[in-house]
Amino acid sequence: MNTQVPADLKYAKSHEWLRVAGDVAAVGITDHAQHELTDVVFVELPAVGRKVKVGEACAVVESVKTASDIYAPVSGEVVEVNKAVSDNPALVNTEPYAGGWFFKLKVANAAEAGALLSPDAYKAQIGG
Amino acid sequence: MNLKRTPLFSAHQRAGGKLIEFGGWEMPVQYSTITDEHLCVRRAAGIFDISHMGEVIVRGPSAEAFLNATLTNDIRKLAVGLGQYTLMCHEHGGVIDDLYAYRLGAQEYLLIINASRIEPDVAWLEQRLAAFPQRADVTLTNVSDLTAAVAIQGPKTPGLLDQLFPAESTGGTHVTKPSELKKNQIAQFAFAGQVVCVARTGYSGEDGFEVITPATLIEAVWDQALKLGHPFCLQPCGLGARDTLRTEVCYPLYGHELDENTTPIEAGVGYFVALEKGEFTGRTVLALEKAGGTKKRLIAFKMTDKAPPPRPHYLIWADGAQVGEVVSGTQSPSLNNGIGMGYVPPQFATIGGRIEIEIRGRRFAAEIVKKPIYKPAA
Repeated sequence: MNTQVPADLKYAKSHEWLRVAGDVAAVGITDHAQHELTDVVFVELPAVGRKVKVGEACAVVESVKTASDIYAPVSGEVVEVNKAVSDNPALVNTEPYAGGWFFKLKVANAAEAGALLSPDAYKAQIGG
Repeated sequence: MNLKRTPLFSAHQRAGGKLIEFGGWEMPVQYSTITDEHLCVRRAAGIFDISHMGEVIVRGPSAEAFLNATLTNDIRKLAVGLGQYTLMCHEHGGVIDDLYAYRLGAQEYLLIINASRIEPDVAWLEQRLAAFPQRADVTLTNVSDLTAAVAIQGPKTPGLLDQLFPAESTGGTHVTKPSELKKNQIAQFAFAGQVVCVARTGYSGEDGFEVITPATLIEAVWDQALKLGHPFCLQPCGLGARDTLRTEVCYPLYGHELDENTTPIEAGVGYFVALEKGEFTGRTVLALEKAGGTKKRLIAFKMTDKAPPPRPHYLIWADGAQVGEVVSGTQSPSLNNGIGMGYVPPQFATIGGRIEIEIRGRRFAAEIVKKPIYKPAA
């Protein structure tokens, strides 16, 4: 399996990725995670304005088989959600790092992002 | 717990199957994706390992009478080479198992039972036999460990089966090739110098076959089917697709629609309860329910709002109150819509009735629909 782990992202052990741009960070799930889930059929996103803590379950991704929680990789306030992925959940499978993003957070504590896994560390975790 | 493995375990690993625990067995849930395998069966052909299922042989001059006293359907309707769906119930009507009974010979029957129910079924059959007056004329043999099986399902399977077993049948229904078998017929064919049973039946709603073989032969059948299956677009399919396929056509799954506290009448399979045949275990309660109704009824439903897929144990609401629980639910790959089945009191079990499914604290609208939820093309 040829799993993509882009070099410019940070990763959580629970298979979310974080793309930081200034004080806002986009969150999605990794290519490895979407391979494991397969057939994403529903994505439930948090409300804009919700404040989430690092590690808090704040979205749900459902495949045909199961529902899985998505955890906030860092603390912050939800400032935007991806309506496109809610309308077309298959984007999580086809473009996990682009059109398949879930939500954006205004990062509360930049140090939390620093504590996430590097691409190499995440690759090691998934045996890539 | 040590998980049991079927004789096809290494074949699943070779095929890239993702293995999960199912009823004490380590089984493939999928090889590609559930949706892909599901649609492959609806459009072409899929092969499933069902070796975890149990097989019991019942033989003897009183085998027919014993089975007719123990199972709900009328086994006297079976000519040699024919099978029927039937159920085994407690005196109180609760279902011990649902199964297929095939008549292999004048005095020989094959029961195909659920993997998770082998032990309770065999214990129940032995106990009923001990209390059966002509017990000396019946032998009961659990051949589950010696027997393996695959289901080959989908509209393109008749041509494939004719290539897989290219000679006339040697027992059961006499046919010159497997595709001549009619629904629920079973026949024996030669394969690699041994005998296999082929039945035209399945659990997908599509045309298809189940092939039952000695455990040592199943890998050769599996490999040969996949080799010959290329022109038929045959794909290995896992338990995930098996579950979504049967849910779309509303076939019950033991542990979901059926259990020891649910009767066949409640589950909507009263058609397979032959009250007219005379006494059998559970008859008194089932006759009362058929005439006077039940406390709960199985409904099928479709989500009408954009909603997460319904799942087992989600609550069902009607008229602003909790009225029942979902027993099976998924995103239907054929309809691309949430579907499911659940139990509600009879007053809510009306086709077209509006219900709500509670999902993570929110309620989503659904409509009660006629079974099957999805009707395969003829």
